[in-house]
Amino acid sequence: MSGPDTLTNVSPGVTRAESCVIACADAWRGAGEIMASPFGTIPSLGARVAKLTFAPELVLTDGEAALMVGAPPLATRPGELVREATMPYRSVFDVVWSGRRHIMMMASQIDRTGNQNISAIGDHHHPKVQLVGVRGAPGNSVNHPTSYWVPDHSVRTFVAHVDVVSGVGYGRAAAAGSGALRFHDIRRVVSNLGVFDFETPDHTMCLRSYHPGVTVDEIVAATGFELTIPDDVEETRLPTLEELDLIRVVLDPGTLREREVRT
Amino acid sequence: MADKRTTVEDMVGELRSGMTIGIGGWGSRRKPMAVVRALCRSAVTDLTVVAYGGPDVGLLCATGKVRKVVCGFVTLDSIALDPHWRAARQHGKVEVMEVDEGMFFLGLQAAAWRVPFLPTRAGLGSDVLTINPDIQLVRSPYGVASPYLSDPADADVELVAMPALHLDAAIVHANRADTAGNAQVLSPDAFFDPLFLGAAERRFVTAERIVENGTLAGGTNPLSSVPIHRMLTDAVAPAPGGAHFTANPPDYGRDEAFQKEYAAAAGDPAEWEAFAHRYVLVTEDEYQARIRGRAPA
Repeated sequence: MSGPDTLTNVSPGVTRAESCVIACADAWRGAGEIMASPFGTIPSLGARVAKLTFAPELVLTDGEAALMVGAPPLATRPGELVREATMPYRSVFDVVWSGRRHIMMMASQIDRTGNQNISAIGDHHHPKVQLVGVRGAPGNSVNHPTSYWVPDHSVRTFVAHVDVVSGVGYGRAAAAGSGALRFHDIRRVVSNLGVFDFETPDHTMCLRSYHPGVTVDEIVAATGFELTIPDDVEETRLPTLEELDLIRVVLDPGTLREREVRT
Repeated sequence: MADKRTTVEDMVGELRSGMTIGIGGWGSRRKPMAVVRALCRSAVTDLTVVAYGGPDVGLLCATGKVRKVVCGFVTLDSIALDPHWRAARQHGKVEVMEVDEGMFFLGLQAAAWRVPFLPTRAGLGSDVLTINPDIQLVRSPYGVASPYLSDPADADVELVAMPALHLDAAIVHANRADTAGNAQVLSPDAFFDPLFLGAAERRFVTAERIVENGTLAGGTNPLSSVPIHRMLTDAVAPAPGGAHFTANPPDYGRDEAFQKEYAAAAGDPAEWEAFAHRYVLVTEDEYQARIRGRAPA
């Protein structure tokens, strides 16, 4: 993309990254006055698009210890942010455990029932690859709506069984009992190929939409377990002109999104 | 009023091999690195380190000081993974008690409140409970017959009983502290530093500058910028640049160029040797002089 970034002279083609932004934004549709906690560039854009259009009551943090007014562009300098309240990390747990949050975390591995792994690859006692750690995933996934963003959909990320259950999926939550199930709600998984949820009778992963330019066969081949493919699977919706303008002109004129997912 | 001023070397002189030590800050933010560096130079070993982990964990692992780490993560923030921690784990050199970040918080809180555990949903159904088989569940004593049951779904519910994380010592770094042991954080987040101190037997605070008792607040700094009161501290020590290379605003930001060099040194034993000789196995004064002598990025 070159030249001035206005809607009239950018390519009319929606990029894969832009489809992903919209798929992420839709995760917060109807969320109301809760904290949206996006991880990664594309979910961050998605949350901002949602707040600026169909979910104006969403609450976003500045990534540090405050809540932000509005939904500023990704490249905004900290000194230019307008803040409305403090939110130190200790207070974030008050929000997490109250349920007033919908997080979109990343996943190094995710499996058929929605277990997520960000801890380690291999045996946890002797990891082949040490990852960041379980972080807040165990608590998030049993306390408030949780979604996942996987920018590199492949048989290595969409696996039959994750190596270390960090975020808790449906099968594990059910086995753990009412304490785990009470507020457990894995909403959706957005990958660079499509959108998935767990709204099947046995809460296993289901393809909801494939992004423009992707085929269902491609998704099936890149997935290490059996996916439910409903008859009414459709293409991920295109952004509206307003949404596209927000993404391209207002929020991410530097096209950081294209670095996370290439077309 | 007791004058709690001491030195970083004297603080580290109180630490013994085999101790459980809490380190304040979060990731690569406001870590008490002057004390960490002094620990790396000391004879102390076999430590259990309890931290929202950053380069404190990486450096202590790289210098062979650590037996076990209690954490929910280890990250350098701007670099997702600390390669020194990664290497220690992948080569089986350290044990880990890996828990959810919120469970970790409750562990410190339980220790600070002198109760053996605190209940939480966090951890239920996850492998945190399988990789830490000693963490137990607790059943709520409030059943359907109880006048205190508000949500029927919570009748007899089983929750995680997060055990108290007792610390032999805790170390945190503040922007300013006073001679009596009150400490100020001038960035917006004190993180869990007051809880680390509350969970510990011996409580150490380093600060960029030590000022007279009663002078921390004033001007543009409200009293709410002093989250650590003197009942939580046994000793304070001046440590200008004491959080370097982690972020310590408004005094200084993270030294990203240095952090990159620290991370890169994990790739090769010879490089680590050179890095350690230049930046770890030297006095704090020498370290700070070498940092000042580096070309600005």
